[in-house]
Amino acid sequence: MEVLRIATAGSVDDGKSTLIGRLLYDTRSIADDRLEAISQASKRKGLDFTDLSLLTDGLIAEREQGITIDVAHIYFSTPTRKYIIADTPGHVEYTRNMITGASNAQASIVLIDARNGVVEQTRRHLYIASLLRMKDVIVCVNKMDLVSFETSAFNAIRVEVLGLADQLGIDRSTLHFIPVAAKGGDNVVTAGSDNMPWYKGPSLLALLESLQPGKGLTDLPLRFPVQYVIRPHQDAFHDFRGYAGKIASGSWSVGDSVVVLPSARTATISGLFKGTEAVSSASAGESITVTLAEDVDVSRGNMLVRQDQGGYPEVSNFTARIAWMDEHEMKEGKTFLLQHAQQVVKVKVLGVEEVLDIHTFQRAEEKKSFHLNDIGTIRLKSAKPLFLDRYADNPANGAFILIDEFSNNTVAVGFVS
Amino acid sequence: MSSSSIFPRALEEEAIYIMREVAAQFERPALLFSGGKDSITLVHLARKAFYPAAIPFPLLHVDTGHNFPETIAFRDELVARTGARLIVRYVQDSIDQGKVKEETGKFASRNMLQTVTLLDAIEEFKFDACIGGARRDEEKARAKERIFSVRDDFGGWDAKKQRPELFDMLNGRIHVGENVRVFPISNWTELDVWNYIKEEGLDLPSLYFSHERSIIERDGFYWPHSEFLQTTPDEIPFAATVRFRTVGDMTCTAAVLSEADSVDDIISEILEATISERGARMDDKRSEAAMEKRKQVGYF
Repeated sequence: MEVLRIATAGSVDDGKSTLIGRLLYDTRSIADDRLEAISQASKRKGLDFTDLSLLTDGLIAEREQGITIDVAHIYFSTPTRKYIIADTPGHVEYTRNMITGASNAQASIVLIDARNGVVEQTRRHLYIASLLRMKDVIVCVNKMDLVSFETSAFNAIRVEVLGLADQLGIDRSTLHFIPVAAKGGDNVVTAGSDNMPWYKGPSLLALLESLQPGKGLTDLPLRFPVQYVIRPHQDAFHDFRGYAGKIASGSWSVGDSVVVLPSARTATISGLFKGTEAVSSASAGESITVTLAEDVDVSRGNMLVRQDQGGYPEVSNFTARIAWMDEHEMKEGKTFLLQHAQQVVKVKVLGVEEVLDIHTFQRAEEKKSFHLNDIGTIRLKSAKPLFLDRYADNPANGAFILIDEFSNNTVAVGFVS
Repeated sequence: MSSSSIFPRALEEEAIYIMREVAAQFERPALLFSGGKDSITLVHLARKAFYPAAIPFPLLHVDTGHNFPETIAFRDELVARTGARLIVRYVQDSIDQGKVKEETGKFASRNMLQTVTLLDAIEEFKFDACIGGARRDEEKARAKERIFSVRDDFGGWDAKKQRPELFDMLNGRIHVGENVRVFPISNWTELDVWNYIKEEGLDLPSLYFSHERSIIERDGFYWPHSEFLQTTPDEIPFAATVRFRTVGDMTCTAAVLSEADSVDDIISEILEATISERGARMDDKRSEAAMEKRKQVGYF
């Protein structure tokens, strides 16, 4: 069975949690005891309807304030696929949690309140979708009931979003627009809402069902970061030395010639194992163990690539777009630990090339440092070579995180440009 | 992997990847083993992750003393079969040391008490990572937790200070005294676990399958009758055909009336069920935020 990972995004109070609740409710994915629990909680709050957002706002602080603070992961299945929804916060303060949810998704649902139209958060979400190169962006214009289900309200928003997408270089074919009323369920699971006869497109669920899962990573050059060296030290496997990891991109077979980075030594694949079984080939996304015919030095953080694909990724001085996620300001000259796949290397920020003004998508002229939730471009120098691709060429091997050496916190995500 | 698999194999790839990150990033990890289906699944995944080597970390069982005897028998058999290293620490010892106080009354349970025993074991063995079988679909506070969940010196979880977790890059860097709780099957649902058990042919304790046992009825739930459960005179034990959807402490795990005695039957039953898995766990029903509050003080 296939897995489709989706992230939601939207501004505060535009009804993300309600939309997800509706999706679960109308697909009968909510158990009776949970429904009963939120129905009781709604009554205690004095509401005259069952507040479906209570399903996902799982933290005390969230229920207290009625907002989503952190990503909730929600699951439901149809006969053909399993869905993992990262329900992410809309409040600007929690943008980092939104990126956390979106980084693992291949489709994004951006909610817009039909009454308010495009707001700052919409621009931010679209920018992040373009930063992550999201395969599908579904714009749900919600609360259509509050604009009398008028087609003009929906169309005005659609035109504005398309304009923003053009500005950001988002391919129009990746965008989908659906007018919904999450509270009443219009166009969420079933299409053909009597309230909006002018909308002829699919419901949200029907659209999700039609998306192609997978990221096309198998067709890219092989990238195999070594996670862990397996040495059994047992009589039965006395000389066994396996290199375990998850294939980031590409595919390979037993007998292929590979190059070990950074030593550039070549070797031949003598065996591939999936769990306890030997296999003849493996491709992107699979967690495997590989053995080599030659006795070469390979350790965690090294990367194996295929010799016949050439063009090995290796950089030590590069620019990247980053999203800054820490409360502390980041300035030029600071050092961090950069984690890319299983490699951790010390890096220095040589320069801040630009910090973005989210209102205009242009450089914010006066800014030379990053504050929480800022997005921009920096130049980095690393102490050792990194085996990074450009994110645009290979999203599975072009992203990294920055870690503060003193707090140990993850302070930024970066995309090699 | 064959596309005929009902279990989403991407979840297995992810779980094995997480297991290997734990072995590589930490010096003294442990796998929290309860004898339930989720931790049995974890052991199976760990064997696959490190094959042909042995699992490179011990299993830690916090024994409440109120476990089902079937669970303990299964645990010992599994350890003998896999050659895994088992460490057991007892809630009774924490009680005897005066660190925790046994609850009293009709709803007394040792479930809360095991947190202290767990934290003591983490300190005793200096575990820096504890792998657990928690799933995000179980409970709404769990749905918020990261895969690498950093805990402070007291094992506490601060939901507002969680590290961003981007793509599959897991940051396990911690200060001395802190530890990380790791959840490789976060993204699995109850049904995913059962489909995996079916496709991989895993053995489970007999409790999961329909059997006749002595129970009492309380608040619409069926409780296993045992010396640990405090009953009132009107709660008369009777025999019924039941099974358990979760296996925890005997005092907080209710049974469901069921004839399902095979994995296939159980899968059909879950597909038709209208009550969630933890709907029969009294520890979650204590308040709307019961799980979050337990996690704040170190529960796994």
